[in-house]
Amino acid sequence: MNEPAAEQVREEARAWLAEHWDSDLPLAEWRRRLVSSGWGCPTWPAAWFGKGLSEALGEVVQAEFRRAGAVGVASSGVRMLAAATLLEHGSEEQKARLLPRILTGEDTWCQLFSEPGSGSDLAGLTTRAELNRDTWIVNGQKVWTTSAHHARYGMLLARTDWDVPKHRGLSFFVLEIEQPGVEVRPLRQMNGHASFNEVFMTDARVPRDMLVGKPGGGWQVALTTLAHERRLADGMRTWGQAERGEGRVYRELREEQARVMEPYKWYPQRAGRVDLILPVARASGRLPDPVVRQEIARALMLERAAQWTARRARAARALGQPPGPEGSLGKLAASVVARAAARAHAAAVGPDALLAGENAPAEGMVAEVLLSVPAISIAGGTDEIQRNIIAERVLGLPKEPRDDVDVPFRDVRRNPSNVSR
Amino acid sequence: MSQLSFSDEQRQFRDFVARFFREQSPVARARELMLSEAGYDPELWRRLGGELGLTGVHVPEAYGGQGFGAVELGIVLEEMGRVAYCGPYFGSAVLATYALLEGATAAQQERWLPELAAGGVIGSLAVAETGGGWEAETVRASARQSAGRWRLEGTKSYVLDGRIADFFIVAARESGSTGAEGLSLFVVQAGAAGLEVEPLQTIDATRRLSRLRLSGVDAELLGEPGAAAPALRRVLDRAAVALASEMVGGAQALLDSAVSYAKLRVQFGRLIGSFQAIKHRCADMLLAVELAKSAAYGAAEVAAREASADELGEAAALAKALAAEAFLQAAVDTIQIHGGIGFTWENDTHLYFKRARGSEFLLGTPAEFRDRFVEYVSAREAAHE
Ligand SMILES: Cc1cc2nc3c(=O)[nH]c(=O)nc-3n(C[C@H](O)[C@H](O)[C@H](O)COP(=O)(O)OP(=O)(O)OC[C@H]3O[C@@H](n4cnc5c(N)ncnc54)[C@H](O)[C@@H]3O)c2cc1C
Ligand SMILES: Cc1cc2nc3c(=O)[nH]c(=O)nc-3n(C[C@H](O)[C@H](O)[C@H](O)COP(=O)(O)OP(=O)(O)OC[C@H]3O[C@@H](n4cnc5c(N)ncnc54)[C@H](O)[C@@H]3O)c2cc1C
Repeated sequence: MNEPAAEQVREEARAWLAEHWDSDLPLAEWRRRLVSSGWGCPTWPAAWFGKGLSEALGEVVQAEFRRAGAVGVASSGVRMLAAATLLEHGSEEQKARLLPRILTGEDTWCQLFSEPGSGSDLAGLTTRAELNRDTWIVNGQKVWTTSAHHARYGMLLARTDWDVPKHRGLSFFVLEIEQPGVEVRPLRQMNGHASFNEVFMTDARVPRDMLVGKPGGGWQVALTTLAHERRLADGMRTWGQAERGEGRVYRELREEQARVMEPYKWYPQRAGRVDLILPVARASGRLPDPVVRQEIARALMLERAAQWTARRARAARALGQPPGPEGSLGKLAASVVARAAARAHAAAVGPDALLAGENAPAEGMVAEVLLSVPAISIAGGTDEIQRNIIAERVLGLPKEPRDDVDVPFRDVRRNPSNVSR
Repeated sequence: MSQLSFSDEQRQFRDFVARFFREQSPVARARELMLSEAGYDPELWRRLGGELGLTGVHVPEAYGGQGFGAVELGIVLEEMGRVAYCGPYFGSAVLATYALLEGATAAQQERWLPELAAGGVIGSLAVAETGGGWEAETVRASARQSAGRWRLEGTKSYVLDGRIADFFIVAARESGSTGAEGLSLFVVQAGAAGLEVEPLQTIDATRRLSRLRLSGVDAELLGEPGAAAPALRRVLDRAAVALASEMVGGAQALLDSAVSYAKLRVQFGRLIGSFQAIKHRCADMLLAVELAKSAAYGAAEVAAREASADELGEAAALAKALAAEAFLQAAVDTIQIHGGIGFTWENDTHLYFKRARGSEFLLGTPAEFRDRFVEYVSAREAAHE
């Protein structure tokens, strides 16, 4: 395909925005325009609400949006994982029905993967789905499910065949959360927030046409979700800045953010808040301390190098290399940066690291960093799992011997139901 | 903002340079040369200058160079680092050449650079003094003028390739001056009366160091008297970027070696690469090497354009500190993964380990560069407010 040049795209985007951008529209209606025109997700295929542009040209479009102060499609959190997964594996009907409302922000999603008995070993999950005429009946429990308490849909991975090896007996569903068979209970985290939940499914129902991919093909579908999750781990650092501006679109956007983002207020803190380190050290007067400076330098340097590495990976993708296991490298880098940042914050405030709450350093942000950073090396796949992936798939080191992959799942050793908590 | 990607031409250049060093100067060659009297291969050096033009890759064409920039220089050094190249390239083509490019008058550049760029002469830069660092502030050697000639007094240490250099560029100050004031660069000819070159025994035998004793030695002033501090800062920052490239090349060679050994060695009925203790070490090594590479590539891009002194300093500090850490850690890990063999003289790993140790301290310690990085970032942020 012969790609249009950056200049041409810039002009088209500018002209379209000049004609259509209107800050007095209702938010959902504005976003419907974005969806139907393809300008909301320019890098998506032209057949599915996009324009088929490269990542580089997509950035040109984004720059035009920023210039015009125009609001973009809803793109925060799990919704984009759902979108990427559906784009790749969804049926025509599923894409047509589900994707637009993801982008307008009308539907929120969650990821029903982890269970009490299987987190890292996702393919060992035991939630059961059985087909009864035209409906799948689901029984089991999910845990640490971010967003479930305000999601309309969940990406559900469940076992549909117990007589084949573990990876081959899974299926991927779209589960409607608001139904009698689904109970969501918020789960409090060590930092006091509650952005994740327990989800209990008791004879929950999924219509047959909400199976994504084939029965038994769920693992392949889930791998797409996971690959995007690792890749987006970096992006979480700049989570949710409500745009300033007058007009109905902005007002509704701020309302949406306040509502939808409330549970994730701590997400930037789990990435370490490298941006706050120097201001915090200046405020405490410890910036000149040579020991403190070394810790600060380590965090700032790692952050910069991680950013540059992400940019190198993007440049490589622009040359046509597909996104691969190097996403794991980015996720591991984010952990390393966050831990270095936590050490730097602690060093920078000294004994005030004992304090929390509004009167603590940076209005309590330092305390929240210290209490949130441990999540980053667990959520979305632990550091150990990322290292395994890097070693095996990037460096080509031999796999560990395993005795759980080539036997029927029935015969695989599992957690007794009381060990997982 | 750095692009962090190479052009097609740059990629082809890398392939070419990599093949040349792999074939003509493999690490086995470094092993021979480090034990030889001269400490380098004069024949290979002639080829680097004449046939390949690598000694002047970053020198303007007007002075007989190739007219490329810091990115291409970084590519050369990275590939040299991979094979632990043993010779005067860093001292002459990087340090001495940059000193002339930054610190000399146009007339002096015309006189000196063409031969240096062609590898016809070997130069070296003498800044640090015993126990001191690579900063204007720590220079104590003094310069005085008598009868229209400059004479230098003092001692310089950690001087690269002292035995084979044809001339030295020496940093010295007007007596009584301090800090960045009164600092000048001078050219001192090898063999000049009052110059004593004392070879030092070093950990890294592939990088020869000497101590210079200057006793009233005759010298030619480069550029304007007393004004060399800013030029010297730029020289050392550019050199730090170049050294970072060399270090990431070495680190990558170590990672490759560790991974391939882990795919061969069997213990407990398994390839040791299937043990997580080994796998995770390799994954962490890869991450550190990739981060260091990004820093080195980004810094080379900054050095290649007309960046401000502070921007260059910040990028150099980042690249040097991260590369030094990644290189040393990769060396430690690679020895460990090789087990008992890794501790033998016969195994190549120790060459890189020693290079890593040497490079860590050359031009300044990682701790110094970290401290400087905070200074730059914090000053830049303050300027924005
Ligand atoms: C803030 C947060 C949000 C989350 N959001 C979601 C969500 O929205 N949806 C969802 O489905 N899940 C979510 N999770 C769950 C998360 O994906 C799991 O916690 C994670 O995958 C680890 O699983 P686990 O907790 O069962 O730990 P386990 O898998 O039991 O691991 C325990 C320890 O053993 C190590 N380990 C396990 N296997 C190996 C191995 N093969 N090699 C080496 N070490 C190993 C792990 O690294 C870890 O250190 C979230 C978790 C957090 C913390
Ligand atoms: C200075 C020195 C003196 C020595 N003196 C003696 C002596 O006097 N007599 C003598 O008999 N021997 C001696 N040795 C040998 C020493 O005991 C071995 O080198 C050592 O046990 C490691 O074995 P290896 O070298 O075969 O490495 P390998 O066993 O091949 O190990 C290679 C790497 O794989 C790792 N590895 C191996 N198995 C596992 C596993 N199951 N899980 C995780 N990682 C694993 C190792 O930790 C190492 O990093 C000496 C060694 C040295 C360095």
